[in-house]
Amino acid sequence: MSIDYQKTKKHKSPLKVLLKRLAQNKMGLAGVVVILILIFVAAFAHILEPYSYKLQDISNMSQPPSLTHLLGTDEFGRDLLSRIIRGARISFTVGVVSVAMSVLIGLVVGGLAGYFGGKVDLILTSFADLTWSMPSILIALLLVAIIGPGLESVVLAIGLSYWAQYARLIRGQILSLKTSVYIEATRSLGASDFVILVKHLIPNSISPVIVAATIGVGNAIVLEATLGFLGMGAQPPTPSWGAMMSSGTAYLFISPWVIVFPGIAMMITVLGFNLFGDALVDIMDVKNRESNL
Amino acid sequence: MWLYIFRRTLLLIPIFFVITVVVFSLIHLVPGDPISSLLGPGSTLDDRDALLIAYGLDQPLWIQYLRWIKDFVMGDMGQSIIEKQPVADMIFYNMPFTLRLGLLSLAISFFVGITLGIISAVKKNTIIDYISMIIALLGVTVPAFWLGLILILIFAVELSWLPVSGSGGIEYLILPAISVGLGGAGLVARITRVSMLEIYNQDFVLLLHAKGISQNAIVIKHILRNAIMPVITILGLRLGFILGGAVSIEIVFGRPGIGSMLLTALFRRDYPVVQASLIFLTMAVIIGAFITDIIYSYADPRVRDLYK
Repeated sequence: MSIDYQKTKKHKSPLKVLLKRLAQNKMGLAGVVVILILIFVAAFAHILEPYSYKLQDISNMSQPPSLTHLLGTDEFGRDLLSRIIRGARISFTVGVVSVAMSVLIGLVVGGLAGYFGGKVDLILTSFADLTWSMPSILIALLLVAIIGPGLESVVLAIGLSYWAQYARLIRGQILSLKTSVYIEATRSLGASDFVILVKHLIPNSISPVIVAATIGVGNAIVLEATLGFLGMGAQPPTPSWGAMMSSGTAYLFISPWVIVFPGIAMMITVLGFNLFGDALVDIMDVKNRESNL
Repeated sequence: MWLYIFRRTLLLIPIFFVITVVVFSLIHLVPGDPISSLLGPGSTLDDRDALLIAYGLDQPLWIQYLRWIKDFVMGDMGQSIIEKQPVADMIFYNMPFTLRLGLLSLAISFFVGITLGIISAVKKNTIIDYISMIIALLGVTVPAFWLGLILILIFAVELSWLPVSGSGGIEYLILPAISVGLGGAGLVARITRVSMLEIYNQDFVLLLHAKGISQNAIVIKHILRNAIMPVITILGLRLGFILGGAVSIEIVFGRPGIGSMLLTALFRRDYPVVQASLIFLTMAVIIGAFITDIIYSYADPRVRDLYK
């Protein structure tokens, strides 16, 4: 009996608690599996692809799915499965890098606004609200027009158009935390504003941001596809899923599979990120109804 | 109440000016200028200068802004450099198409979303809940243009029920509106579910059950009415997200509209058109959010009393 008591008193690492709760959440688990598969495919794309993603074969143009080409071929006779596998690497990278960028901007803007308050807060928050109210696709379009089309510009454009939600989240958290006793204690020990903000406030307010960022990766992948479709994204022969759908549009009636399969790949991927994000909301018990939608 | 509406309306004016400044300065960061595309082969530098002066592009940026904003508020949005038409005419020709698409998409988002959300909340943690939430999620997991292309393949090519592209009667509007609306429907369904479940656990619901009121009456008369408020708020906040899909959808379905006009102008570096359409789209979103805010404060007696 006493041993059991000891056990329950033993401090469990937060990570273990999280993993245990995750194991009980079926939808979340499904999301994790999808994300892990995606990471695996993205990492080993060069080994997994049955053909080279840029190998053209004019005698095999626009072939429907068959045993030699499981998902068919595109208008240049390139194997669609290989391109989707290679595209997983690109879409995943675009998603993660651009979200990392918006989170970073959001942390800086939201952190400063929440911590310093007053005029700083007013100016930064109005700016964030303005960006938030503009359709992100419009901001991204304009930015890509300024810096020129290409994958790097798309990452930059997505990063610069999605940061407002993270700024709002972190600001709200910091506003409620900054008056707490432990922050006052830290300050009375002589910690500088920078130390308080970076070492104490931000780490303690990051969990809703992590949740929103998980779902944000999915949104970024979708936005990349839309920009790609409008001719602003990855340039040929780079096979991002968006670029594939874009070049396939012209052949919609001849070879619909060129559009359908990358879309399904994207659907499963983004669904995975959303399910995982939703599960995190339950598991980490964060109150951010607005951010996770 | 009226005072509140009046104050909120006044607030739109500075927002308008900030947007025009942002858009104007961003546009002038775009490299390349429309003059180059106007000059024919064999034209000289003098021709170029003459054109620059004719369009006022030789002036400092802030003077260009002041000139432009003065005309803009008077209703003169300048001439399209490529189309040689007044921009205002182009906007007013294209606006109704985008408005119709936007409103129908919003209606679809709202009704499909609420229905899915209610089903899901009532059947919480059953297979029905999971299925309707996955359907709701699917709307946000794919780009609107992809949905549009798939709908064309199914309903226009395979079944030939609806036209592939173009504009005209309601039959041209159905597929585009569904493609844009499903993304929003997913959003609405998820908020409806969360917010209904939150209210479900409140004491007054327990009381209603104790009084012996039927489950259906409780859900529709009491829970839904309370749960709809956050749905309206977030719908207003995310208008831009929902309508953003309209830009690519107008391209997919070859519809006229502000989105397709903006994109064409962007590729041709037709500044005046890009500026005006960006401002109109952004203002549409902000005014939409404003209207939702008013509806919200009117519909919720607690907020309404605050401003009496």
